[in-house]
Amino acid sequence: MITLNHYLMLGGVLFVIGLFGALAKKNAIAVLMGIELMLNAVNINLAAFNRFLNPDKVVGLVFAIFVIVVAAVEVAVGLAIVINLYRQRLNTSVDEADWLKW
Amino acid sequence: MPVWELLSVELLTAFLGLGLLVLGLLVPKGQKRGLGYLAALGLVGIAALAFALREAQGVVWEGYIIDPFGTYFKLLFLFAAILTCVSSFEYIGRLGNGEGEYYALIILSTLGMMILASAGELITLYLGLELMTISFCILATYRRGDMKSAEAGIKYIILGALSSAILLYGLSLLYGSTGSTLIKDISLVVNSGGVTPLMVVGMIFLLGGFAFKMAAVPFHMWAPDVYEGAPTPVTAFLSVASKAAAFAAFLRVFFVALGDSHPLWAEVIVALTILSVVVGNLVAIPQKNIKRLLAYSSISQAGYLLLGIVAFSTLGVGAILYHSMLYVFANMGAFMVATVFYNADKSDEIQDYAGLARRSPLLAAVMLFSLLSLAGIPPLAGFVSKFYLFMAVIDQGYIWLAILAVLMSMVSVYYYLQVVKVMYLGDPPPGRPAIEVPLGVQIALACSLAVLFLFGIYPTPLTNYAFSSAAAFFH
Repeated sequence: MITLNHYLMLGGVLFVIGLFGALAKKNAIAVLMGIELMLNAVNINLAAFNRFLNPDKVVGLVFAIFVIVVAAVEVAVGLAIVINLYRQRLNTSVDEADWLKW
Repeated sequence: MPVWELLSVELLTAFLGLGLLVLGLLVPKGQKRGLGYLAALGLVGIAALAFALREAQGVVWEGYIIDPFGTYFKLLFLFAAILTCVSSFEYIGRLGNGEGEYYALIILSTLGMMILASAGELITLYLGLELMTISFCILATYRRGDMKSAEAGIKYIILGALSSAILLYGLSLLYGSTGSTLIKDISLVVNSGGVTPLMVVGMIFLLGGFAFKMAAVPFHMWAPDVYEGAPTPVTAFLSVASKAAAFAAFLRVFFVALGDSHPLWAEVIVALTILSVVVGNLVAIPQKNIKRLLAYSSISQAGYLLLGIVAFSTLGVGAILYHSMLYVFANMGAFMVATVFYNADKSDEIQDYAGLARRSPLLAAVMLFSLLSLAGIPPLAGFVSKFYLFMAVIDQGYIWLAILAVLMSMVSVYYYLQVVKVMYLGDPPPGRPAIEVPLGVQIALACSLAVLFLFGIYPTPLTNYAFSSAAAFFH
């Protein structure tokens, strides 16, 4: 029997994997992919809470749809900014974006 | 009151933003300067409307709260947006592309902040937050072909997306543990003693996300880099308005929805306050770049504003409202001077400000009084607002915290006066002409200077307004 806890654990694990990817990856595109994983973990949480706690209302599902839309927007802007960076430095490594410090 | 009247400020802002986007495509090249004037005039009109509706109260579709507290913040965002538009005319005109989009993005991010300040529901809050953040990401990258601007953009989008993912995880846990996304329903659950471990975890994630938007230490790392790289008018807007929007949303979520769990998160806020005030002020001392200096000063200002949250009282909220409004004028004044100076000399380094007092007495005077107001020197308005913040925490028994904040204020006087010393005692580089200040900017500078003096000497009207808004917030 799959319970709410299983879904929450899946969400938690996915969130941590995404966070690790976002913090450890050097390529800006891979970092954005990690962030997408974190947002999907949130979606799993929302859908599971909706199904197990309050199946009559669809608030959680609506929330998840909004998160998906915003995630798409974020990636569109993010990739445009990465391309802008690539045009100037000919790489997309976040480690080498170190002009600004102190 | 009908729905459209309650929402009129937001609706007009959205129309203005989208209209400018379309107009930007229709207006022929070379005449785009008019778009900036249109944006500034439109915002002035909307600000007048918001001021007329400042007593309006009502709830739209359960999840959108119009109250004096939210309207106060909307006025604040509008003032910041007007000053930003006025200081952008020259700066963006010289970039030579995308003027319509620039003003449209400024106005759309203002709309995002307004939604954030009025949101009574978690989905609305998240959408407002993202509208603001994503518009700012584009604005930070606006100097195409500039290495620093590109870097500021990538840092802001990655860290901004990361922090909103963390905040969102907190929101999902909050929804899961209370079964509702409405702030008033959440507060009912918390009231009846339903604080679960799941909710506490959610609260921690939420705190992290909000602290990032406020640029409070230890979530401040993005601020100096983004502030330095972004176009100067955008930096100004980012440092005052997005911080205030984060505080507005924080107050609604933590004071209304999670107010009864105050003992659980109070200590964390105290820690954030101490770190922000100490680190912000100390790290500002060795800065050589004016934008970085102001970035660290804005981190320390986030710490002072957090004092009002530590107090957790009507006085504290009123002091936050008052201080954030005056912070807009002081900080925008300093950044407008930096923008004009950059237009003339293409430099943001403090050493290049040498002899500014002789090249342009107006610019040097505005910078001087803005910095003194940020430091909290009487008779400027910053003194009164800091006084209220310190009073609010002393009222709650945190005398040691007030003493620490006062000591750190003295440290801030040191690095602010270093800039003043360079401007007034340094010799201007030979052969440098006097700086001409455009008329629009002159008016904006004079206005912010007048506000700083007026509310420093006679603060009663604004304090009354701020404290009555705060009192309405608690009912």
